Amino acid sequence: MIVADRKPINEILDMVKRCNKILIVGCKGCVTVCNVGGSKEVGILASILKIARKKEGRPLEVDEKTIERQCDPEYVEQLKDLVGQYDAVISMACGVGPQFLSEAYPEQRFFPAVNTTFFGGALQHGIWAERCAGCGTCVIHYYDGLCPVARCSKSLLNGPCGGSANGKCEISKEVDCIWDMIVRKKMEQGRLDDLVEIKPAKDWRTARDGGPRKSIREELVQ
Amino acid sequence: MNDLKPGSNLEKILRAGHFAFTGECGPPKGANVDHLKEKISHLKGVVDAVNITDNQTAVVRMSSWAASAILVEEGVEPNFQMVCRDRNRLAIQSDVLGVYAMGIRNMLCLSGDHQSFGNHPQAKNVYDIDSMQLIALVRKMCDEGKFLNDEEIDVPPRLFIGAASNPFADPFEYRVYRLAAKIAAGADFIQTQCIYNMDKFREFMKKAVDMGLHEKCYILAGVTPMKSVGMAQYMAKSVPGMDVPESLITRLRGAGKGKVAEEGIKFAIEQIEEFKEMEGISGIHLMAIEWEHRVPEIAKRAGVLPRPTV
Repeated sequence: MIVADRKPINEILDMVKRCNKILIVGCKGCVTVCNVGGSKEVGILASILKIARKKEGRPLEVDEKTIERQCDPEYVEQLKDLVGQYDAVISMACGVGPQFLSEAYPEQRFFPAVNTTFFGGALQHGIWAERCAGCGTCVIHYYDGLCPVARCSKSLLNGPCGGSANGKCEISKEVDCIWDMIVRKKMEQGRLDDLVEIKPAKDWRTARDGGPRKSIREELVQ
Repeated sequence: MNDLKPGSNLEKILRAGHFAFTGECGPPKGANVDHLKEKISHLKGVVDAVNITDNQTAVVRMSSWAASAILVEEGVEPNFQMVCRDRNRLAIQSDVLGVYAMGIRNMLCLSGDHQSFGNHPQAKNVYDIDSMQLIALVRKMCDEGKFLNDEEIDVPPRLFIGAASNPFADPFEYRVYRLAAKIAAGADFIQTQCIYNMDKFREFMKKAVDMGLHEKCYILAGVTPMKSVGMAQYMAKSVPGMDVPESLITRLRGAGKGKVAEEGIKFAIEQIEEFKEMEGISGIHLMAIEWEHRVPEIAKRAGVLPRPTV
């Protein structure tokens, strides 16, 4: 899923400082799963903003709405009777949401309430970790199901750097060295020789380096 | 045309079977050319080549190619270091051509320390290619006369290609395979990380020799004399992939006040003496960090002077 963190309240308050009436729109997709932008978090943000503005003596009127997904025009359309009545609309979806909303309703101002961080999963409740860099050409079969593109700090494709120590990355003792995991897995399976074979330079055109990407599946396009 | 250009002195020394001795120098944190010249003046005639570091520890310094070119002017052979952190494949290839055009003949291919260590931790890291791919890329440019995209190079470079090896990073059993991969990628010579744990290094070299790696490339053992107990403790605790045995720290501490640096040099010289006899070792890479002026004395006491001319 796409993982995100809520922006600091002061940053959101600053975005809406000239507003008197706003709408906060949640999303039932990834951001609900990672507890950052579902209906529950929309309610919490609405309360915090209202309390903060009340303290300032400039009350803020806040409406709430959560839709199925903000990355799909079919659901975005459900907002058509609401937008237009507000000084701004805050999206609690990943970075895709406020953009889809902006494109659908060009006359309305939209602000993001979250920082979209990575593609990952939940290690346990409350802890998420990155697993995929969306490079467009998956190579994890070479690395026994572990991705050095996303999980090595240097995206090294041919083994660990000299900074790998005690299973940790040189950048922080909090960061696991993915190459340590890959190498240990190869060792356990007696396949260290795999790592002498050099992987050529990656073609980054399929990643963001090739420019903004689009996926077209002819059979689905009407 | 290519054959008319003078080749690497380091390469000639090694091919002639001499025990090589290389040094290291960090470019200035500024455009202080005089300071750079002062530092390398201590190394002239004392080492076969001087590694010029490339924004080491991710701290911005004068570019390694420019500092290397200054060494060429000064009559000291540089070993131009390049890391993959700061350049994509376009910049890498143009710099490889540039350094060759400037008379630089040795190049050490490295991954580079992550930028989070340095003085611009906000920087985007590049890592378009990794150190293994960098070795293969330079090999291709030199041997095939082609860029990575297979286009012909109009006068290809001819470089003596080096790579680093850290026998002490984890997992230990794998490190010799990584060395083998770097040799397979095209490394002519290897300079190792600073060695302090001699037992572990002997074991590493035994494996390397068993795999015949020493016959496929020249391996130079990395030596950095300890200046103080504090330095030893810092390296032991804070430098990832560095293995400093407690026994060495105890030995340095036992030397007493004012005598620790001398004890550090003694240990380095003992190491060099052992490396001279160690199977598979073709030379020493002495990284005397900000201690260039002590290199002539260390070289003399280690019995590696005068340097052979080939």
